[in-house]
Amino acid sequence: MSGSSAVSIRNISKSFGRGASAVRVLDDVSVEIGEREFFTLLGPSGCGKTTLLRLIAGFELADRGVIAIGGQDLTQTPPFRRPVNTVFQSYALFPHLTVEQNVGFALEEQGMARDKIRSRVGEALEMVRMHSFARRRPSELSGGQQQRVALARALAPRPQVLLLDEPLSALDLKLRKEMQIELKQLQAEAGITFLFVTHDQEEALTLSDRVAVMQGGHILQMGPPREIYEAPTHRFVADFIGDINLLEAEALPGDQLRIGQGVTLPMAHGKAGAVTLAIRPERARLTAPGAGTLDATLIHSAYLGTALLHKLELPGGGTFLLRQSEVAQTPLESGSRVGLALPADALRVLDQ
Amino acid sequence: MSASPTLRRLGLLTPALATIGLLVGVPLLLMFWISLLQKGGTSGVDWASVPSGANYLRLVWEEDFDGTMIVNTSYLLILLRSVLQAALTTGLCLLFGLPVALWMAGLGRTQRDIMLLLITIPFWTNLLVRNYAWLIILREDGLVAQTVNAVSPFGPVQLLYNDLAVAIGLTYSFLPFMILPLYTVFEKFDWRLLEAAHDLGATRARALRRVVLPIAGPGILAGSLLVFIPCLGAFVTPALLGGGKTLMLGNIIQMQFGASRNWPFGAALSVVLLALMLIVMTSVALLRNRRAK
Amino acid sequence: MNIRRFPMTREVSLLVLAYLYVPVLVLVVYSFNANRTATIWSHASLDWYGRILTNPSIQAATVNSLILAFAAAIGATTFALLAALATSRAFPRRGAVEAVLNMPLILPEIVVAVATLMLFVALGVQLGLGAMILAHTAFCIPFAYLPIRARLEGMSRSYEEAAQDLYANRFRTFRRVTLPLLWPGILAGFTLAFVTSLDDFLTSFFLSGPGTTTLPVYIFSAIRAGITPEINAISTVMLVISVLLVSLSFFLSRLRR
Repeated sequence: MSGSSAVSIRNISKSFGRGASAVRVLDDVSVEIGEREFFTLLGPSGCGKTTLLRLIAGFELADRGVIAIGGQDLTQTPPFRRPVNTVFQSYALFPHLTVEQNVGFALEEQGMARDKIRSRVGEALEMVRMHSFARRRPSELSGGQQQRVALARALAPRPQVLLLDEPLSALDLKLRKEMQIELKQLQAEAGITFLFVTHDQEEALTLSDRVAVMQGGHILQMGPPREIYEAPTHRFVADFIGDINLLEAEALPGDQLRIGQGVTLPMAHGKAGAVTLAIRPERARLTAPGAGTLDATLIHSAYLGTALLHKLELPGGGTFLLRQSEVAQTPLESGSRVGLALPADALRVLDQ
Repeated sequence: MSASPTLRRLGLLTPALATIGLLVGVPLLLMFWISLLQKGGTSGVDWASVPSGANYLRLVWEEDFDGTMIVNTSYLLILLRSVLQAALTTGLCLLFGLPVALWMAGLGRTQRDIMLLLITIPFWTNLLVRNYAWLIILREDGLVAQTVNAVSPFGPVQLLYNDLAVAIGLTYSFLPFMILPLYTVFEKFDWRLLEAAHDLGATRARALRRVVLPIAGPGILAGSLLVFIPCLGAFVTPALLGGGKTLMLGNIIQMQFGASRNWPFGAALSVVLLALMLIVMTSVALLRNRRAK
Repeated sequence: MNIRRFPMTREVSLLVLAYLYVPVLVLVVYSFNANRTATIWSHASLDWYGRILTNPSIQAATVNSLILAFAAAIGATTFALLAALATSRAFPRRGAVEAVLNMPLILPEIVVAVATLMLFVALGVQLGLGAMILAHTAFCIPFAYLPIRARLEGMSRSYEEAAQDLYANRFRTFRRVTLPLLWPGILAGFTLAFVTSLDDFLTSFFLSGPGTTTLPVYIFSAIRAGITPEINAISTVMLVISVLLVSLSFFLSRLRR
């Protein structure tokens, strides 16, 4: 973790509804987010990530726990007294105000002098390259332009933390990629903490310094993108992020793992009984029959341009995906026997 | 956040709820009490009288010269006429409203909006003025009357001041109340259902009867209520187009506060009107629940 | 075959439109009739409009009607706005509250009117403009409430959250964001309340005291006294005002956010 905590979330719980129909959306969640960190909450819809963001913004109040920003306890503070600003999923640009007035909204509320507001608004619009649109109304802008204005509006008051609630989800793929790069540059330029919420795992991996994967109101795993991708600790995390092969296995004493019928691997696992083994499709290798960890049958190969994706049938039943980057080889026939090598350093033993 | 949300909501609701409570709710309660008292005094009510059901009995019985009670059917007949007139109007509104709503729902967006405005405008224009328009047309020297009399084989016909004139006026007044809820139902109608019905071999008429009308059920009920209830209490239409000859409940209520100056009896008549309305609304609600099952 | 077209519905619809509009058109045409008897046409003239402009009773009634409609519409719209702010957004008892708010719509007007008359007399409230303003405010509330609530329902909560996020407190959020966004709905509600009050006859009929006649009450007693082209003219004026105001409200409600 870099530097001191910009946002400190300790033992936060939140339920919606009352009595028997109450739903617990966040269950004892704790996170520390560092200064100038690009931190992402990643998870499927309903995992609690947006609720956590809304709690930090102050739109909802936590049932239990403490939220501190810049070392100050703000758990009960209304949103208009919190030094954070939000980029909404729907942008929420005020339709009755011009771009300029939208960006200057917070500065006016803070009682800043008129000419100072003007120069600040100018700077903010310059930063997102929307200077020439200052007099327009939000309805006259495209989705990408509205997105930029929303960013400028949230950055103009120079918050300690910028909260971004799935800000790119309304854009088409190409624009989304462009905006991802811009967001990253903008964060470096502005030098403030970004707390980003998304359900798009690729987006999370591309942008973040650290990612927290959430499910069912809990943070399952937290760490840099590479660690989340390469060393998932939960079955859910492994499955949610990228393609992965999950193999049922049995942990044997003496650091051995048994996969299916009679195939055992040496591997330090420190567990006993049934476990799940995970391996990414690009980390397994094809070999000649008999030369790998186990043998399998090729069901089908798909040509992806930069790689081949093989679908294999394992001896005990079940399928296995294998991604092969050296496309130049002679294609294999469907139904042929192949060997499958599973390097020990690519295998992860997961919690169920 | 500051002050509890429940308290804030209560504060926001108070002016509207208090206004309606004090100017609609309280008067109704007082009216119920007055309906049990006797007439008298300069204000039309003898506040000191002993509460009794005498005003309600007056609807059916009346004291003869020698003190015996005899049945008086005149109020019952007016009551019956009000109900029949309201039923007839509801039927007419349905007959004409259903095709209009169906046609509107099939139009393009712009045309639909224009029709919606055209149907809504009469709803908001002065009821008195609109009934007055019919008065002009149906008068002896009016346009319609002269045309009808010119071709009538029975000699001059009196078009005004009868039940038919009142029915025409009431239908005219309340037709939008039927069309709008029906249109709301048809607007949301999934036309693919109709395609499916045709695909399954239903003819146009049978598809209408077996698919469209059952789906329009809630709209028909809502529209019928919206027409029937104000018809029951109609005053302006029978006063202008019925000309004092075909009285309805609203007219005899008004009389008790005008010339007759018998407020307790007027209050009792009003309570009867409310009771009739409640009976109709409850039956419709029951009908709706049964259908929902 | 167009699946959405049913035979005869078009013909019936046109007939119904004629039924709704021809009588009113006849009324309007006759208001330009020079002949003294209201229903025999001689030649076009604006005489009757001139007469109503100079008739002191009509002038007084017009002033009363306008004061009444403005006062009642302002009161009703204010209360309806506050109520709509409370009932929108996941309010559990909205059904019950709206049942009360809609009472004036459901109850027969004549019943509420005579009941209010009795209450006012019992309490010693003087009949007249003040009494009418009170009663009109009550029954105009549901008319003002509907378009305001519809507008609020259609307004994303995130605008207000954004304003608070940008350091506007509750009051400033209401003034700078909620109110401007709600404005078309408030205007539409005000217009409908205004028209409803302006057009009301029954309640005013019972609650108007001596010398505080409104236009509809004046028209009613004039009709009772005998049909004159003057009534046609004043009726036409009322029709035109209603149609203009309702059309205005209709377009305000459809205004893009």
